[in-house]
Amino acid sequence: MKLGGFLLLLSGWAIVVAALVILHGRAVPAFVYAGFGVEILGVVLVFRGHLPGSEDE
Amino acid sequence: MNPDIQLSFGLCLVFILLVPLAIAGLGLINTGLGRSRSAAQAITTALCVMSTAALVYFICGFAAAGSPLSLSFGGAGKSVLEPAAFFFRGANVLTLMVALLGLFSVGLASLIPLGASADRLRLGAACASSALFAALTYPVFSFFTWHSRVSLLGAGSAGFLDSGGSGFINVVGGVTALSIAWILGPRQGKYPPKGMPAAIPAHNQVFVLFGCMLAWVGWLGLNSAGAMLYTSMRPEGAVLVVINTTFAAAASALTSAATTRIRFRRPDASLIANGWMAGLVACSAGCAVLKPATAIITGIVAGVLVVLSVEWFELHLKIDDPCGSISVHAVCGIWGLLAVGIFAGSGVQFSAQIVGIATLLGFIFPLTYGLNWTLNRFIPYRVSLDGERQGLDLHELGADAYPEFVVHSDEFLQR
Repeated sequence: MKLGGFLLLLSGWAIVVAALVILHGRAVPAFVYAGFGVEILGVVLVFRGHLPGSEDE
Repeated sequence: MNPDIQLSFGLCLVFILLVPLAIAGLGLINTGLGRSRSAAQAITTALCVMSTAALVYFICGFAAAGSPLSLSFGGAGKSVLEPAAFFFRGANVLTLMVALLGLFSVGLASLIPLGASADRLRLGAACASSALFAALTYPVFSFFTWHSRVSLLGAGSAGFLDSGGSGFINVVGGVTALSIAWILGPRQGKYPPKGMPAAIPAHNQVFVLFGCMLAWVGWLGLNSAGAMLYTSMRPEGAVLVVINTTFAAAASALTSAATTRIRFRRPDASLIANGWMAGLVACSAGCAVLKPATAIITGIVAGVLVVLSVEWFELHLKIDDPCGSISVHAVCGIWGLLAVGIFAGSGVQFSAQIVGIATLLGFIFPLTYGLNWTLNRFIPYRVSLDGERQGLDLHELGADAYPEFVVHSDEFLQR
């Protein structure tokens, strides 16, 4: 779960950077927020993975 | 040299020279919030960690971070990893000033993880971790902060704004603190198998509150110097920075006092101190662009956020953070970055702040976790069980901080 969470964090950041580099105009904020949303999911997974009693711990 | 620029240089240098007071304040806060049996080790570690971070930053950190001068004073900045910038070579008076502020900033940031790892982190491991922090983690995000306007968001567009270091000092330090707290695990006896977590109270509230006052003066210098160097603020703008910083800290401390009074029936000194620090941290990003009223709102939100966050981390997420470093620096630092987007700009500015926060969470957090996890495999971070029970003063330094006062009974175990 921890590893999955960290991979989601990196994936979300990749979406944000890709949006900034590749896209132009109104699509940029939409993809930035989408990437940020993926990161939030990643943060939740990382925290759950570190809870005592979780499968990783 | 133009007299106006001379005045800017002189004033900026005075502000930079106040920043070590913030380091001293944070060191005192970390020491006071820890246990008496680890007090000498805590303040010694702070000094050693800051020294390590400063030297590593001098050797390679500054070269990795680049310089924001392409955006300030009309100077030509260095780009990332320019070989000529190692050991501060080729620096003129402007770049040296940026380097000096960077040196103090990385020293301040490297103390943040010590708060979350108090009473169980070995001195040698702390120094090794801070070396990695000053060589890689801190410079990477500094580079992003200073160059985001030109490299990511397009020249002339609204860029990620963080003049005083809510992000590149506090959130970077805060996510490193979270990573190290996870790697170390909680202190012995903190989470019994059944029931509520044990309360391990601060050993010296006077240190903590005096540290807050020192940190205030240091933060005034940090925010003012940062705004002048990184956002080209004119010297007269420093008045607004000082007002905003003070108002945010005051509002945050009072809100924390009220929140703890409502939740626990009495104001809690540790959490009021954390509230004061949270206000300073939250205001740093937008200190030069917020209006006083919005700085107060930023402080009020930070004051509530820090109390709820400390409780949430301790009770629900089972993260043992003796000094509340993660809540103060990471959570309230992120709030400060968001506050700039909400109060001081348009939708474009808000998106730019989200890009910065996304970089902190999506890149810096995994980076610092991975670096510390790997380093822990080679240099174990945690002291032995006996060492933790005995106290880090005796275990690591061989002498107690308060040898003439027996303040706890189980310290003098046979070694």
